[in-house]
Amino acid sequence: MRAKIRLQIVLAGTAMGAFVTNTVRAKAFYNFPTPVTPVAEDTLFIHDLFLAIITVLFIIALGVLLYSVVRHRRSRNPEPATFTGPRTRRQWMWSAVPVLVMIVIDYIVLGIPSVEAIMTLSNKGHDRLVVVATASQWKWHYAYPRYGIGFNSVLSTPRDEIYGNAPKDKHFLLEVNHPLVLPTGEKVGIVLKSTDVIHGFWVPAFGIKQDVIPGYLRKTWVKIDRPGTYRGQCSELCGVGHSFMPIVVVAKTPAAFHEWVVAEQAREAGARAAATQTWSRQRLMTRGKVVFDRNCAVCHQASGLGIPGTFPPIATGHPFSASKALLDKLSARGFYKDGRIVEGPLSNHIDIVLHGIPGTPMPAFGKQLNASDIASVITYERNAFGNRTGQVVQPSRIVAARRAKAN
Amino acid sequence: MSTVDIDAMEEQHHPRGITRWLYTTNHKDIGILYIAFGFLMFIVGGILAMLIRAELMEPGMKVMGPELYNQIISVHGLVMVFAALMPVSAGMVNYLIPMMIGAPDMALPRLNNFSFWLLPPAAILLVLPWLLEFFGIGNGTLDTGWTMYAPLSVQSGPGMDFAIFAVLLLFLSSTLASINILVTVLNLRAPGMTWDKIPIFVWSWVNTAVLLIVVFPALAGAAIMLLLDRHFGTHFFSAAGGGDPLLWVHMFWFFGHPEVYILLLPTAGILVHILSTFARKPVYGYKAQVYSFAAITMISVIVWAHHMYTSGLPTAANIYFMFSTMAISIPVGILFICWFGTIWKGSMTFETPMLFALGYIVLFGIGGLTGLILSDAAADQQYHGAYFVIAHFHYTLIGGPVMGVLAASYYYLPKLTGRMYDETLGKWHFWLTMIGFNVTFFPQFLLGIDGMPRRIADYAVKFAPLNMASSIGAFVLGAAQLIFLYNVYRTLVGAGKPATGRVWDGAQGLEFTLPSPPPYHTFEVPPTV
Amino acid sequence: MSISQAHGGHYYLPKPSPYPALMSTALLLLGAGGALAVNGYVLPAGWLAGAGGLLVVYVLSGWVGDVIRENRRGVYGEKEGVSFRWGMGWFIASEVIFFSSLFGVLFYERNIAVPWLASLNSHYSPWAGFKAVWPTSGPAGAAFTPEHAWGIPALNTLILLSSGVTVTWGLQQITKGHRRAATWAVGATILLGGVFLALQCREFYLAYTELHLTLGSGVYGATFFILTGFHGLHVTIGMIMLSVIFGRCLKGHFGPDNHFGFEAVSWYWHFVDVVWLMLFIFVYWL
Ligand code: HEA
Ligand code: HEA
Ligand code: HEC
Ligand code: CUA
Ligand SMILES: [Cu+2]
Repeated sequence: MRAKIRLQIVLAGTAMGAFVTNTVRAKAFYNFPTPVTPVAEDTLFIHDLFLAIITVLFIIALGVLLYSVVRHRRSRNPEPATFTGPRTRRQWMWSAVPVLVMIVIDYIVLGIPSVEAIMTLSNKGHDRLVVVATASQWKWHYAYPRYGIGFNSVLSTPRDEIYGNAPKDKHFLLEVNHPLVLPTGEKVGIVLKSTDVIHGFWVPAFGIKQDVIPGYLRKTWVKIDRPGTYRGQCSELCGVGHSFMPIVVVAKTPAAFHEWVVAEQAREAGARAAATQTWSRQRLMTRGKVVFDRNCAVCHQASGLGIPGTFPPIATGHPFSASKALLDKLSARGFYKDGRIVEGPLSNHIDIVLHGIPGTPMPAFGKQLNASDIASVITYERNAFGNRTGQVVQPSRIVAARRAKAN
Repeated sequence: MSTVDIDAMEEQHHPRGITRWLYTTNHKDIGILYIAFGFLMFIVGGILAMLIRAELMEPGMKVMGPELYNQIISVHGLVMVFAALMPVSAGMVNYLIPMMIGAPDMALPRLNNFSFWLLPPAAILLVLPWLLEFFGIGNGTLDTGWTMYAPLSVQSGPGMDFAIFAVLLLFLSSTLASINILVTVLNLRAPGMTWDKIPIFVWSWVNTAVLLIVVFPALAGAAIMLLLDRHFGTHFFSAAGGGDPLLWVHMFWFFGHPEVYILLLPTAGILVHILSTFARKPVYGYKAQVYSFAAITMISVIVWAHHMYTSGLPTAANIYFMFSTMAISIPVGILFICWFGTIWKGSMTFETPMLFALGYIVLFGIGGLTGLILSDAAADQQYHGAYFVIAHFHYTLIGGPVMGVLAASYYYLPKLTGRMYDETLGKWHFWLTMIGFNVTFFPQFLLGIDGMPRRIADYAVKFAPLNMASSIGAFVLGAAQLIFLYNVYRTLVGAGKPATGRVWDGAQGLEFTLPSPPPYHTFEVPPTV
Repeated sequence: MSISQAHGGHYYLPKPSPYPALMSTALLLLGAGGALAVNGYVLPAGWLAGAGGLLVVYVLSGWVGDVIRENRRGVYGEKEGVSFRWGMGWFIASEVIFFSSLFGVLFYERNIAVPWLASLNSHYSPWAGFKAVWPTSGPAGAAFTPEHAWGIPALNTLILLSSGVTVTWGLQQITKGHRRAATWAVGATILLGGVFLALQCREFYLAYTELHLTLGSGVYGATFFILTGFHGLHVTIGMIMLSVIFGRCLKGHFGPDNHFGFEAVSWYWHFVDVVWLMLFIFVYWL
């Protein structure tokens, strides 16, 4: 019996010892990424300080506990004491000191640096550059009002990697088609808004995490020390695609940043010019597939079959089971008949993609995609997945539809 | 009607078969119902947890799609919190309080039965949508996480409506149960059982019941508003009509934060009884503990926004909530001191309940200390919405309440059944649980620090090794609970030595003056203390 | 002396009862029915909710009937009475908190959410011309007329306050043993409550038809209807309780020292009264 108990103590002791040493060792490996902004430096400092303090507290408390377990067991201390509270001054001290220590730790040792860090975080100083980041299910749109540019940033990991049909890339799930590009050494304000649900903008290396509240604006800021690529993810559950909504920031020196801006402006001008041209059917379809896979497939699926109950299929003739309320709305718009999805009138189709369907997850793409992309994706939807309308939508038609709505 | 008739009717107090359980007004029967239901739901929640860990074992979508994953974590959270832990601790209170304070039964026995029978419907409503999905109705159950943040919950499918009604039933159930407990303690104490004599466990439940009454209505109100927003065109949570999604978040956490102490307090109460029994020493710092409970109760309702540090509240609010949250560490710290004081210089033996009680102190210590870190509004920018939080609250929830419930189960099982459980199996259960638990959740602290967001069905490759470890740990943890099930089963069928009335030679309290198992009616005539 | 005291100080423990389990079955049916109904599955929902509703009525009458019969048999002594009083007290406390949280919603929307939205750059505000005023206009600027305090609401305040007086007076009469007067007082209270409800319905009707104030009228409409609506619901519940009390008065169930049911209902009615006063001040007036 004694031997067994001793064995248990040894086991427990080793386990705990291993636990503590591993904690210390692990900290060296698993820690916040190297901070590259003032906020990240502050939070890393607090985190390290805090972790050290609680490790010490834990070890002291554990020591007391183990000491008691060893010394005050029946075999070594057959006569239990009978006290029910602190009696002597020494006992009072033993009870009061830990409480005082707690208070000092809470409000002084940790309190002061924490308040400082919070003040850093809420820095209201002048921003050299303001970027508007708009979150939607499940992508980010970054706009640079000062330079008149903006683009969508969506996950670029192929489905095959996710579903295990292809080897996973090093940046699996942390890669996007078009990263946010920011200059180093300047204070950049990031204005955050959302078009649907709450998302979270989190880049660990920047030490910032800011929830994005639909209908309201949130603001945060960065001042990046070093050029590099910094990866983060959406940090609030925002639906099916929450795991697939990464944030990639590429920090460039101011000079390189401005080069990038100029190139980006040229690219967007090119796209605007393309909207005035007449596109071949082939070009629309190729472009349409790319746009669809990036923007629509999260909901309507790359197969065009949607998800029963929530996301209607795009492929004609497929049954769709959903609540009656939803089906009624679909059939009122001409997209649903006799238990099956149909193509529906073209003008409704354009209207839906441009303006979304208010009150449903279907987002408005009018401001997120350019006219050529919208024309391509509609052409694609109406001629892919076995749909055979043969209709071709030109970018000019989208431009016209936009203008008509604006009036 | 004559007196004789009434006596005849009182004889029928004890019908047999299924109606005994359906119709019962006896606090012990109801307690057992609660506990059995709670443990059943532990298994359900545990199986869901195993599914979560199976999906997260390796990167890539393997076991299920992201839709189902989101539903599973939501139901796992809700079931564990509302349908497993709360019922078990409500069951303990039902079974024990009348015995502990020398009351004939709960004060309002029929209502007591009603409070229990509201739970199975709530649980059914939570999982019914999965069944309906087979019949082409809806798209499964709620998929918003247990926090049900608007507007995701406004957007989500019909499963959400079922969850809303489930929450309302839970609200009714907890409120009625709390009223009953308060009335019992206020009115039915045996002569001489004064407020400074009632056992700590009873005190812990008095605080819990007050908390439930004070905070649950906020969630019920919010749930009704959510229903209105979803189907009746209101704009409580939508800026399009002048509302604010954060209103939901405020209301949820006004309830949700106290809720974690609702889960914690009852087991903190039972813990000291167990420590005192096996240290053969009276409880240390009775008054200090009672005041700490009260302090926790009061502070817990003014700190809720520490779950919202990243939601963009004004800086002043963040600082206020940070400091008020830190204040909780003081009464909780006092509880720790009292626990240490109780075993200090005792004469300890280490039967299974004691092992779990000591495990509780260690694991909850880790959980609580990491909670202290989370309360820092600046550093929380890194932890919030990440696995660090998941690890924190599994250390507090499992390290605390669940370990407490297991300790209490071993402690009272002989009392309930009149038979001793198997000590060797109990020890195996303890050590495997300890190891499995730490292997599961310790890596999650590191994952969180390394930047892994929570509630994701799939993750980047750099998180793979630790997730693998965590999943393996979870399977060990799950398997360990099977030992417990078996141990309980063999005790129930009567294997094992008969237990004495006192069961443990250090046990104190009125419930241990009764034979094991205690008679159907406890104190026909109130005992005098 | 009541029988329970003759029983040697036993606390009365009711015999096993089917009602609690039946009641929760009923609520399950209602809940499932409700959830299906709001999603457009009207037919199955109707069956479920209908069955649930009938069951609720059945259970309530049986359960309340049991309690009344036990009371008539005299099994409730002083100790039981104290339990009932504490029970009712805590129940009302939880109701108070429920309403407080709704008032909290009003406060939040009015004093935090709306000003916050109004402080945004106009480009981002919910609709053109959004201002930090209360009442706000409807969503997308749709117009409606806000409620006036000094019409029906003021009248209703008077009515409800006087019903509080009648019920208190009735309780006094019972303690003095004047059964007839008490019965009249309860009758008057029910009547006043009925008038109140009728006026409230009229007000809602007018709001929808003439003022164009609906549930969908932004946060003003939403908070207005949820607060007054839940109050109306509680008045209705109070009316049902009062009707039971009225019947029991007629049957002569209450006496100078046996009127807990009456007392509890009067507490409840006062609670409903006070909530209305708060509503009048914070929803209609300020
Ligand atoms: C029982 C449950 C429980 C308990 C008791 C606690 C206790 C505490 N929690 Fe925790 N918490 C949760 C359950 C719990 N929590 C849950 C479920 C969530 C997440 C919900 C969600 O988002 O889904 C959460 C999230 C959460 C957050 C939000 C994180 C985020 O999302 O951003 C914060 C932030 O402040 C926090 C803080 C605290 C604090 C300060 C305590 C304090 O009470 C802790 C006080 C204790 C101590 C300070 C320990 C004292 C001990 C010693 C001094 C010595 C001990 C050592 C040994 C004995 C060895 N918790
Ligand atoms: C009391 C509450 C409780 C308990 C006990 C647990 C227990 C466990 N939880 Fe959970 N968990 C939550 C509350 C709880 N959890 C909450 C609130 C969330 C947040 C949800 C959200 O984000 O919305 C969460 C989320 C959560 C996640 C994060 C999901 C995500 O964010 O993507 C994970 C991942 O690993 C996890 C794992 C586990 C595991 C492995 C266990 C294991 O401990 C389970 C082990 C238990 C078993 C396997 C049971 C087996 C039992 C038996 C076989 C018999 C028992 C019988 C008797 C006792 C009679 N939980
Ligand atoms: C966030 C999810 C989401 C994304 C992304 C999305 N949709 Fe939708 N879409 C929906 C939902 C939900 C509906 C059904 C709306 C309703 O009526 O309730 C819908 C409906 C439609 C419809 C109506 C036809 C039908 O069969 O119901 C069309 C057309 C459509 N989407 C096209 C697109 C295109 C094109 C894109 C990409 C450019 C896209 N959607 C991206 C969610 C999405
Ligand atoms: Cu966006 Cu999560
Ligand atoms: Cu909390």
